[in-house]
Amino acid sequence: MSTIGRQSEARAGWGMSAPALTAIVIFFVVPALASLVLSFTDFDIYALADLSNLRFVGFQNYERLIENPLFWKAMGNTLWFVVLGVPFVVGLSLFAAMLVNSRWLKWRPVWRVALFAPYVTTLVATAVVWRYLLHTRYGLVNYLLSLFGIAPVDWLGDPHASLPAILIFVGWKTFGYNMIIFLAALQTVPRELEEAARIDGAGWWTRLRHVTLPAIAPTVLLVSVLTVAAMFQLFAEPYVMTQGGPAQSTVTILYFMYEEGFKWWNLGSGAAVAFLLFLCILAVTLVQLKLAKRGGAI
Amino acid sequence: MSLRRWTVTLLAAFVALLTIAPLLWMVSVSFMARGEASQFPPPLLPDSPTLDNYRMLFGTFGVGRFLANSVLVSTLATILALLFTVPAGYAFAKLRFRGRDATFRMLVAALVVPGQIGMLPLFLELKAMGLVNSYAGALVPWLAGIFGIFLVRQYCLSIPDEMLEAARIDGASEGQILRRVVLPILTPIIVTLALFVFLASWNDFMWPLIILADQNLYTLPVALAAMSREHVQDNELMMAGAVVTTLPVLILFLALQRFYLSGLLTGSVKG
Repeated sequence: MSTIGRQSEARAGWGMSAPALTAIVIFFVVPALASLVLSFTDFDIYALADLSNLRFVGFQNYERLIENPLFWKAMGNTLWFVVLGVPFVVGLSLFAAMLVNSRWLKWRPVWRVALFAPYVTTLVATAVVWRYLLHTRYGLVNYLLSLFGIAPVDWLGDPHASLPAILIFVGWKTFGYNMIIFLAALQTVPRELEEAARIDGAGWWTRLRHVTLPAIAPTVLLVSVLTVAAMFQLFAEPYVMTQGGPAQSTVTILYFMYEEGFKWWNLGSGAAVAFLLFLCILAVTLVQLKLAKRGGAI
Repeated sequence: MSLRRWTVTLLAAFVALLTIAPLLWMVSVSFMARGEASQFPPPLLPDSPTLDNYRMLFGTFGVGRFLANSVLVSTLATILALLFTVPAGYAFAKLRFRGRDATFRMLVAALVVPGQIGMLPLFLELKAMGLVNSYAGALVPWLAGIFGIFLVRQYCLSIPDEMLEAARIDGASEGQILRRVVLPILTPIIVTLALFVFLASWNDFMWPLIILADQNLYTLPVALAAMSREHVQDNELMMAGAVVTTLPVLILFLALQRFYLSGLLTGSVKG
C-alpha cells in the first residue's frame, strides 16, 4: 500500500476517534481526576458563589469523614449490601439460568424474556411499585406471608428489615441480567460431562458442585465482580423507597455522597467520599481476582 | 420423561409469574378507583376499572410534559452516542494509526471506573460552561460512551480487511468507506447500541436528578420520584405513574429483545 494511503488512513483513524476521545477526556477523565483534587479542598456553597473562598485543606475532608458516624454507618450498610447481596443475587441468577437452560424445558424463550423483564424496567418506577408491595398494612408481600400465618413485617419501617427488603427488590430487579451471562456460560458446558456424571449415579447437587460450577467458575467470578460494583452503586433504591431511613439503616455510600454534595453542598467532602468509594470497589475486585487465581478459576 | 418436562416447565412458569407479578400488579392497581388498593387483603383486580388515575396524571400533574422530556432526552442521547461512538469503534478496530492500541487499552481500563466518581466535578464543570439545568447538561454523559466504542469495535473486528482494501483501490475515501461499506454491515450492532443507550438514558436517575433543577425539564423518573415523595398514600396514582414510566421501555425491549440479548453477550462475556 502507498504511503499516501497509509497517511490518509491514519488521519481518518484519528479523525473518527477524536470526537469520542475528546468527549471522554472532558466529561469523564477530567472529572474523575478532578474528584481527587477536589477532595483536598474545602469546596462548599461559599466557593460555589465565589471561587476565591476556595482553599486547599490537605487531608481534612478525610479526617472529618473518619470522625463522622454517618459515614461509617453508610460504609457499614454498603458492606452489608455486598456481604448479603452478592451471594443472594449470584445464587438467584444461577438458579434462574439453570432452570431456563434445562433440557426438559418447553417454550424456553418465553420464560427467558419474562425473567429478564424487570431488568429493563425503570428503577425509580419499580422502586415505587415495591415500596407499595412492601407496605406493612396492605402490601401484597405481607398478605402472602399472612397466608402462611406469618405476622406482618414492617419492611421499610423497621431498621432490621429495611436492608433485606431493599435487597429483595434489588435481587428481583437485576437477576435477569446475570442470568443471561450465566446462560451463555452454561451452554458451553459439555452435555456429555453431565451425562457421564449422571450415569455414575451423581445426584443433582453433586453434579452442580463437581461438574457445572467448576466449568463456569470464571463466569461466577465475572458476575460477582459486576454485582459487587452494583451493590456499591446503590442510590435510587434508598432514595425512593426509604430516604436512607429508618434510623439511617439504608444510607449507602452513594446516597451519603449525594447528600454531602447536593443537599449540603459540601463538594470537597463529597469528592472524598467518591474517591473512597472507588478505592473500595477496586480493592474488593482485586481481592476477588486474587482469590479466583489461587482457586484456579482463572 | 414427559412428567419431568412438565415439572420443569411448570416450575419455570411459576418463577416467571412470580417475577412479573409486581409488574402485573402495578398495571392492575393503576386502573383502580382512588383508595381501593388501600385495603386488606389487597384486591387483585379493579372492582370497576377506571382511567381516572391516568386522567389525573396527565391533567393535574402534567405528566405529558415529563414524558415528552424523557422522549426528547433519550432520543437525543441515542443519536449523539451513535454519532460519537460508532466511528470511533470502527477506527479502533480497522484503521491503523499510531497510538491506537495504547489508547484503546486505556479506554478498556477506564471501564472499571464508575461514572459516579466524577459527578461532583462534572457538575462544577458544566456549571462553568453554563449547562446546569439544561438538556445539554443531561446529555453530556452519553457522549463519552466507552462501552459503546468497545461494543462496536468487537463487531467491526469481523469485517474482512480485503473488503476495505478493495474499496480503497476503487478510490473511495475513508469517510465514504465508513458510510457506504461499513455502516450497512454494522446495522445489527447499531440497533443494539441504540437500544442500550435509549433504555439506559430513559431509566437513568441520579444524573438528571443532579443536573435538572427546573421542574419543567424533569425526565419521567425524576418527576416520578418527586411526585411519590409528596403522594406516598396515593397508591393508585403512583402505580399509573409507574406504568407510564416503564411501559415505553418494556415495549421497546419486547420488540427488539433479540438484538438486546445478543448485544448483552457481546459486551459482557469478554472471552
